[in-house]
Amino acid sequence: MASAISPDNKIYRRRRMVNATMLFISGLTLLFGLFWLAWILITLLYEGFNALGPTLFTLNTPPPGSNGGLLNAIVGSLVMATMGTLIGTPIGILAGTYLAEFGRRGWLAPATRFINDILLSAPSIVIGLFIYSVYVSQVKHFSGWGGALALSLIVIPVVVRTTDDMLKLVPDSLREAAVALGAPAWKMIVFISYRAARAGIVTGILLAVARISGETAPLLFTALNNQFWSLNMNAPMANLPVVIFQFAMSPYPDWQRLAWGGAILITLAVLALNIAARMLFRR
Amino acid sequence: MPPMDAVLSDPAFQNRSQAAYNKQPPPSARLPWMDAFFKNLTRFFAFFVFSILAAILISLLYHSQLTLAKFGFGFLFVDEWDPVKEEFGALVPIYGTLVSSAIAMIIGIPVSFGIALFLTELSPNWLKRPLGTAIEMLAAIPSIIYGMWGLFVFAPLFGEYVQPVLVKLLGPLPIFGPLFKGPSMGIGMLTAGIILAVMVIPFITAVMRDVFELVPAMFKESAYGLGATTWEVVWNVVLPYTKIGVVGGVMLGLGRALGETMAVTFVIGNSHRLSASLLAPGNSIASSLANEFTEAVGALHSSALIELGLILFLITTIVLALSKLLLQQLAKHEGTKS
Repeated sequence: MASAISPDNKIYRRRRMVNATMLFISGLTLLFGLFWLAWILITLLYEGFNALGPTLFTLNTPPPGSNGGLLNAIVGSLVMATMGTLIGTPIGILAGTYLAEFGRRGWLAPATRFINDILLSAPSIVIGLFIYSVYVSQVKHFSGWGGALALSLIVIPVVVRTTDDMLKLVPDSLREAAVALGAPAWKMIVFISYRAARAGIVTGILLAVARISGETAPLLFTALNNQFWSLNMNAPMANLPVVIFQFAMSPYPDWQRLAWGGAILITLAVLALNIAARMLFRR
Repeated sequence: MPPMDAVLSDPAFQNRSQAAYNKQPPPSARLPWMDAFFKNLTRFFAFFVFSILAAILISLLYHSQLTLAKFGFGFLFVDEWDPVKEEFGALVPIYGTLVSSAIAMIIGIPVSFGIALFLTELSPNWLKRPLGTAIEMLAAIPSIIYGMWGLFVFAPLFGEYVQPVLVKLLGPLPIFGPLFKGPSMGIGMLTAGIILAVMVIPFITAVMRDVFELVPAMFKESAYGLGATTWEVVWNVVLPYTKIGVVGGVMLGLGRALGETMAVTFVIGNSHRLSASLLAPGNSIASSLANEFTEAVGALHSSALIELGLILFLITTIVLALSKLLLQQLAKHEGTKS
C-alpha cells in the first residue's frame, strides 16, 4: 500500500497538483495587476515626455491649430486644490477629533463614522452635481469657488477618517498624564493628542490632496473651464483635469498632445504625493 | 517642631497661604469656556459631516422634482432619451452602469483574490511591501488617466486583436452568443468593464489582504499540521473565516465601479441605444452626466440628468452601506467565532 505522501498515492498527487496550479494562477493574477500598471505608466511616460517642453508651463491653453501650453490650467488647478484643501482640512480635522476624542458615548460619532465611510467612496460626479445645485445654480455662473467647494467635500471624508484613526492610536496613558497635570480637555487634545498623531494627520491631508489633484468629475459642473488666464475665483476657472478631458476628446492632434502633457503632470504629482505620504507615515 | 496651633496662627504663614490662594492661575488656564467651546466646535463639524449625505439626497430630490412628477417610476423602465422631444427614461444608462460594473466584478474579484492570496501567503517578506505598494498605485492613478489611456491605447488594440477573436469564439455559443456580436469598434461596454476591473482591483485587494491578516495563526497552523496544502488552507480555513469581510470588500469595489465617471466616459461610447451585445457602445449614468449636463437644454433635461444622479447616489449608498455593515460584522466576530 502506498504511504500517504508517496508519489504513488493518487489523492496526494491530485492535491499537490491543485495546490501548485492555484498558487501559479495566484502569481499570474499579480502579474496581471502589475502588467496594467506598467502598461499605463510606460504609455504615459512615452507620450507625456513627447509633450513636455518649456512652453507647456509658459503659455495658456491655445485655440486649435496654434501653439500653446497649460499655464492657466496648471495655475487654476493649484488654486482650486489649495482652496479646497484649506476649506476641507479644518472641518475634517475637527470632525475627526470629535469622533476619536469625544465620541466614545452617544449616537453621533458612530453614525458620522458610518456616513463618512460612505462619503469616502461616494461617486465624485454626484458631489459635483450637489455643489452645482446648491451653489452654482444659485449664483447662476460656474466659478472657481464652486470647484473649490466640490473638492473640499472630497477632502473632508479622507481627513476625517485619517484623523479619527490616528487619534485612536494615541495611547490613553498620554491623555491621562496630561489630565493628571491639570490640563483641560482642549489643551490635552491640542497639545498632546494632535502632537502625537501629527505625522498621521499630515499623511491624511497629503492623501486628500493627491485624491483631489486628479479629480475631474466634480469640476465639470462647478469650475467648468476657461480658455484664458484668470485668477478670478468667481468666474469659470481653467483646471488640468477638465482641460485634459476636453483636449483628449477633441479631434486635433496638438490638443491631444497637450492632453498627454497634462496627464503626465497630474500623474507625477499624484504619485509623488502618495509616495511622500507613505514615507512620512512610515517614519 | 512648634505645635500646629502656633504655625497656623503665625501671621507670616497666614500671609503666605493667603498669597498662594489669591495668586492668578497661569494665563492659558484662564479660559474656562474653552473646554465647552472646543467640544461643541468639534461636535458641530461632526454633525456637519453627518448631514452631508442627507443634504446631497435632499438637494438632488429637490432639483429633480420636474421629472419625478412627470415620469414617476416609469422613468426607470423607459429606454427613450430624447432631449428634443423631451422624452426621458433612465433604462439605458442604468443598464450600462450595471453591466459595466458586473463585467468589472467578474474580472476583478478573482484577480483581487489571487493577488491578496499571493501577498498574504506566498510572497517572501521582502517583496510584500514593494508589490503591495505597486498594486495600491493602481488606485492612485487618476481616473481620467485610465480613460485617456483606454481611449488612445487600449481600445484600438482591443478592438483590433481581441474583439474579433471573442466574436469568432463566443459569438456562435447558444446563450452567451448574443453578448459577443457586432462590429469590433474597440470602445463599448466590455472595454469600459475591463478598465473598471483594473481600477477596482486595488480596492478589493486591500480589503481582502486586511481581512486575511485577521485569521488567527493558530487556525492556519492547525490545518498545516494536519497536512493541508497552502491552497487548502486558504480555501477551507482562511476564506470561510473571512467570507463576510471578503464580501464587504467586493461591495466596496462595486460601489466604486458603479460611480466611476471619467474612465467610463472615455471608452463606453456614449450611445443611448439599448443593445444586447457587450461590444456595442452604451452609456452609464455617470458618463451621461459628464457628457450632457453642462449642455443640457431646458429645465426638464437638467432635471432628468439630476434624477439620474439621484438614482446613482441611491444605488451606491446602499451598496457601500452594505459593505460597511458586513465589514463591521466581521470586526465584531473577530476572535470569538471559528
